[in-house]
Amino acid sequence: MGTLLSVQDLHVYYGSIHAIKGVSFEVNEGEIVTLIGANGAGKSTTLNTVSGILKPRSGSIEFEGKSIIGVPAHKVISHGMALCPEGRRIFQQLTVEENLEMGGYTRTKEENQESIQDVYKRFPRLKERYKQIAGTLSGGEQQMLAMGRALMSKPKLLMLDEPSMGLAPILVEQIFDIIKELHTAGTTILLVEQNARMALSTADRAYVLETGTISMSGDAKELLHDERVRKAYLGG
Amino acid sequence: MNLLTYLINGISLGSVYAIIALGYTMVYGIAKMLNFAHGDVIMVGGYICFITMNYLHMPGIAGVLLAVVVCTILGIVIEKLAYKPLRQATSLAVLITAIGVSYFLQNAALLIFKADPKVFTSVVNIPSIKLFDGQLVISGVTLVTIAANIIIMVCLTAFTSKTKMGKAMRAVSEDKGAAQLMGIDVNRTISVTFAIGSGLAAIAGVLLCSAYPTLMPTTGSMPGIKAFVAAVLGGIGSIPGAMLGGILLGIIEIFAKAYISTQLSDAIVFAVLIIVLLIRPAGLLGKKISEKV
Ligand SMILES: Nc1ncnc2c1ncn2[C@@H]1O[C@H](COP(=O)(O)OP(=O)(O)OP(=O)(O)O)[C@@H](O)[C@H]1O
Ligand SMILES: [Mg+2]
Repeated sequence: MGTLLSVQDLHVYYGSIHAIKGVSFEVNEGEIVTLIGANGAGKSTTLNTVSGILKPRSGSIEFEGKSIIGVPAHKVISHGMALCPEGRRIFQQLTVEENLEMGGYTRTKEENQESIQDVYKRFPRLKERYKQIAGTLSGGEQQMLAMGRALMSKPKLLMLDEPSMGLAPILVEQIFDIIKELHTAGTTILLVEQNARMALSTADRAYVLETGTISMSGDAKELLHDERVRKAYLGG
Repeated sequence: MNLLTYLINGISLGSVYAIIALGYTMVYGIAKMLNFAHGDVIMVGGYICFITMNYLHMPGIAGVLLAVVVCTILGIVIEKLAYKPLRQATSLAVLITAIGVSYFLQNAALLIFKADPKVFTSVVNIPSIKLFDGQLVISGVTLVTIAANIIIMVCLTAFTSKTKMGKAMRAVSEDKGAAQLMGIDVNRTISVTFAIGSGLAAIAGVLLCSAYPTLMPTTGSMPGIKAFVAAVLGGIGSIPGAMLGGILLGIIEIFAKAYISTQLSDAIVFAVLIIVLLIRPAGLLGKKISEKV
């Protein structure tokens, strides 16, 4: 199994704020890798940089061995990765189906028709509501729409930024079940989560991000039982 | 019968405002900026049509087409040169730039066409319609203006709701970052919006000059401001809002001129804007969707 995504010595700034200070990590084909860390550690910044929305000051980002530094943000998705961003960021005033169409913007109409059916199969709720204005969906439905939209481009790597944020426990379970299903179906996943316990139990490997640097990494199940991780992220 | 005449004239003038307001509102929706040079694109459209008809001796329809082509390109160029470099700048900087572009266009027109007003020959040569034994006369320009407005509205609505580009525009106007993640080229989308808005301004310019046949470098200013008021009145960013705001404004203006005072008509127009904004700050059709957490 090859390396799908390789990030080396990444530095990202917001003006003079040094948000990411030399982060390196890898995601191999077929893995679920999770990035955990406290608020403001730089998880979203890392994902946004990988997806081209933010430009790094230095470092390398390679996808399938090809550098994607300097690729315009709107072309990154065509390389085979999609980000389901923090806070969902669905298009509130578009309908459910239009949101999905936007997710497949870079693909042909025929490909999208097929993908939409796949998404509806996975999220039957969305099918029932395909004509509804997305802003009127419930929080859980919006999260499903955001994930469905990210799946429309049939990405090799799906990046999820806090998919369980603000959801009731039963929905959190459901979202994680879907993540596992997607993984079983062959999608590689890079998962950012506040819910470290769920993330570590779901993932193969994990990285712990602390104020812009990786402080720990390794097998997710081992980290789940690591004393320091338990204290800092799992509430003792 | 007077009442009906005023109403029809109001709708016709309002249609011109509406067509201009569409450009304001679409550009605002997508680039979140007030393009104060928009009104002057109308004037450029008028001059291009004037030159085509009077110097190149081509028919009116050729003038309209050429005006649309030139203004579309002008819109794209203005966006590329003046506004695109300011994408990350404060909105105040963009606003001042837009005012600068407006003065630039007016002064360029002053240099090229001089200050003296040109008498514009109407591009519409269909005869006026007489109804009720000649008590109600509707001019050809009025008819064409209203028809053009309806056609434009239908086409734009279809474009934004049915086509891939139109949907992408709506996505970009809501969330540029998310749109980029989907693979939408935001710069290109903004460029297309300017192109459409400026093309429409050209049509508005020709219709305006056909109805009120004096053409000067400042011809576009007042209609531009009125159309801006119309866009805000209807709810800036909303396409049906621009349409409604434009028509209402036209009707109010004509009635104010007829029944109250010609001098005061503009003041009345602005007073209406202020009252509406006090009651509905987002405009008549402007909407705020609350975000769910
Ligand atoms: N647009 C911005 N401008 C300036 N600083 C920013 C910006 N976005 C993030 N930061 C800063 O960068 C750091 C990392 O933020 P980031 O959003 O990546 O954290 P995070 O790990 O995703 O946190 P959370 O779990 O709360 O989502 C923080 O200190 C934050 O204040
Ligand atoms: Mg975050």
